Amino acid sequence: MNILAILIPVSLILGGIGLAAFFWALRRGQFDDPQGDANRILNTDWDDRPKP
Amino acid sequence: MTAQPGFAPSASACPACLAAPSAERLAELDRPGRARLMLSLPTAHCAACMSTVENGLQALPGVRSARVNLTLKRVSVDADPQVTAETLIAALNRLGYEAHELDAGLLSATETDRQGRDLLMRLGVAGFSMMNVMLLSVAVWSGAQDATRDLFHWISAAIALPTVVFAGQPFFRSAWAALRARRLGMDVPISLALILASAISLFETFHSGQHAYFDAAVMLAFFLLAGRYLDHRTRAIARSAAEELAALEVPRATRLRDDGAEEVVAISDLAPGDLVRVRPGARMPADGVVTEGTSELDRSLLTGETLPVWAGPGVQVAAGTVNLTGPLTLRVTAAGRDSSLHRMADLVAVAESAKTKYTSLADRAARAYAPLVHLLSLAAFGVWMWRTGGDLRTAINISAAVLIITCPCALGLAVPAVVTAASGRLFRRGLLIKSGTALERLAEVDTVLFDKTGTLTLGTPEATNLSDHPREVLELAAALAAGSSHPLARALAQAAQAAGIRPAALTDLREVPGYGVEARLRGRLLRLGRADWVGADPLPLTATYFCMGDGSPCRAFTFADRLRPGAVDAVAALRAQGLQVRLISGDTTAAVAAFAARLGIDDWTAGALPADKAALVADLTARGRRVLMVGDGLNDTAALAAAYVSISPASALDAARVASDMVLLGQDIAPLGAALRIARQSARRIRENFALAAAYNVVAVPLAFMGLATPLAAAAAMSASSITVSLNALRLRA
Repeated sequence: MNILAILIPVSLILGGIGLAAFFWALRRGQFDDPQGDANRILNTDWDDRPKP
Repeated sequence: MTAQPGFAPSASACPACLAAPSAERLAELDRPGRARLMLSLPTAHCAACMSTVENGLQALPGVRSARVNLTLKRVSVDADPQVTAETLIAALNRLGYEAHELDAGLLSATETDRQGRDLLMRLGVAGFSMMNVMLLSVAVWSGAQDATRDLFHWISAAIALPTVVFAGQPFFRSAWAALRARRLGMDVPISLALILASAISLFETFHSGQHAYFDAAVMLAFFLLAGRYLDHRTRAIARSAAEELAALEVPRATRLRDDGAEEVVAISDLAPGDLVRVRPGARMPADGVVTEGTSELDRSLLTGETLPVWAGPGVQVAAGTVNLTGPLTLRVTAAGRDSSLHRMADLVAVAESAKTKYTSLADRAARAYAPLVHLLSLAAFGVWMWRTGGDLRTAINISAAVLIITCPCALGLAVPAVVTAASGRLFRRGLLIKSGTALERLAEVDTVLFDKTGTLTLGTPEATNLSDHPREVLELAAALAAGSSHPLARALAQAAQAAGIRPAALTDLREVPGYGVEARLRGRLLRLGRADWVGADPLPLTATYFCMGDGSPCRAFTFADRLRPGAVDAVAALRAQGLQVRLISGDTTAAVAAFAARLGIDDWTAGALPADKAALVADLTARGRRVLMVGDGLNDTAALAAAYVSISPASALDAARVASDMVLLGQDIAPLGAALRIARQSARRIRENFALAAAYNVVAVPLAFMGLATPLAAAAAMSASSITVSLNALRLRA
């Protein structure tokens, strides 16, 4: 059962990283236009070279 | 919108600035450095649209960046200060997109954004701790014993308690507000369940008890927040779009100063006695008397008449009418709140007070539900106190279990999930729902009342009797018509061009504002215009008259209002669904009769005043009918407010759009049929969801009451019912 002492903190830390990533995405406005973002990946505008 | 050939990177590239040079100065004052413009794009829908619009706008001089938001159907443009919305709208029209200017300052986007992010953050936190607590709980359920179980319970408590405090705040706040108003809303049992579940679990953990409900408390918060967030999102989209529409008409007027210079001012700054210049194509900003210039006026938005009326010095004009041909100078007699536009507001207020108050399905469910939950929980407590001879711990445990099981997880999701799905589908078809209960009310409609001008028609004329005239007459008339921007002349020129008629060469072509166009052909004076001016006998139809000046009888070109795209389909679809379709218009009997025959509507009324329209709605309502009113004009506003549910097109006046529950964003009216179908479907789904949630409770509550509900059973029942109602909501077909 000693393994729990490692596994529980590990799982909490991993979950915490996920939560932090979510906060980051939220603050960067990545949930502001879900429909647009879903469609943007389909356009071919900057397929050959990156947007300047 | 007039397309400007080429765009010089100066402020004078915008048509409005040409007409009102001071707009340039005004714009500079408003936007120091760079401008942020917002345009609504009701027809954008795909990946290709986004890159067309963005690249098209970025190609314009002075535009730094453009970004489309497809969810809210708008584009925000970052540009140099001299770029105006008119330029951008013209450019978008050339690309094939309708666009409307939005007042970026009016859009309180930041406020709703903040609330939405706040809810989403609480939802994220609740989701995170739900997963962690669930993992720990699974270990407990699969048989963790003694010290391990206690350890897991303690860790769960450490995660769950802060989460409940943080994520539960929206519920606690609204429950507190409800209690202070001495009401029992949905949020009171929710808050009670959250607090009781956390407290009893903490107590059990402290005493090494077997059952803890931490997972249930957190899961409850998560599912309910999901419902709350969906609800908020639907409302936010509707609210922002409704504000966009309110901002569509940028209310400005051109005032003449004493020294004769023009200045652009807000309509609210006008006072009686001011002189105002109204360009052809613009709307009267206030009531007034014409002092200079002659023109014709289009009063269709106010009265529904399609025939333009003459205006010259001394003629009274009402705010909202559109100036057609010549520039007019008005002396303002009544502005703002006193103008005839605002007198209509009284009529609307009366109509609104007569409207029956609608209680939404969710409210009705909550009203029956909230007392029942509390009574059940209290009964469980009492029964177990009596059965166990005063064992407080068991009694509280069981009453908490009852509260958790009955808690309206599914109910909180049942309505928002359906409404979100339905309004998303409708929004994609260009229909915006402004009022929360409009969808449910739309589902119950059995009579549809249409306005004619501007609703089933576009309010733009279409020549109807071109084939009655010989070719040489048409060539002359087309040449005359090309010399005017009057809607009838434009329609005639367009029709002639479409028929392959080449305009004849004429000399001395000039427009006489308010009357018509005249020109010379080998010494003969040709005239196209009003009947009394050219010397023709007027017909009872919308027509323009053409005299050759050679003694031959004058000829009449008749016009019909152009049908709105999809009008025929919409009427047919509504009839196919078994609804009664009626037409009521302020236009003349002849025009309405011809139009009704064209659409196949038997039941029509012509020459109706605004009060008549409202009276018809009230009469139908009194006879037990549920009326859907579709209208756009100021004369429809009272009827729109009085109707059970109302829809207006985006081209309608502010007042009409404010009074209606839904707004049609595109030009096409065909989505109306689909809207009714979707509304009925979603009302059925909401009822089904309530039935599903009730069925779960019928099974689970007796178990909880008998003390057989374990935390595992509670978790299973809660998630199963929530997932079922969400899936059921998604069955909604577009």
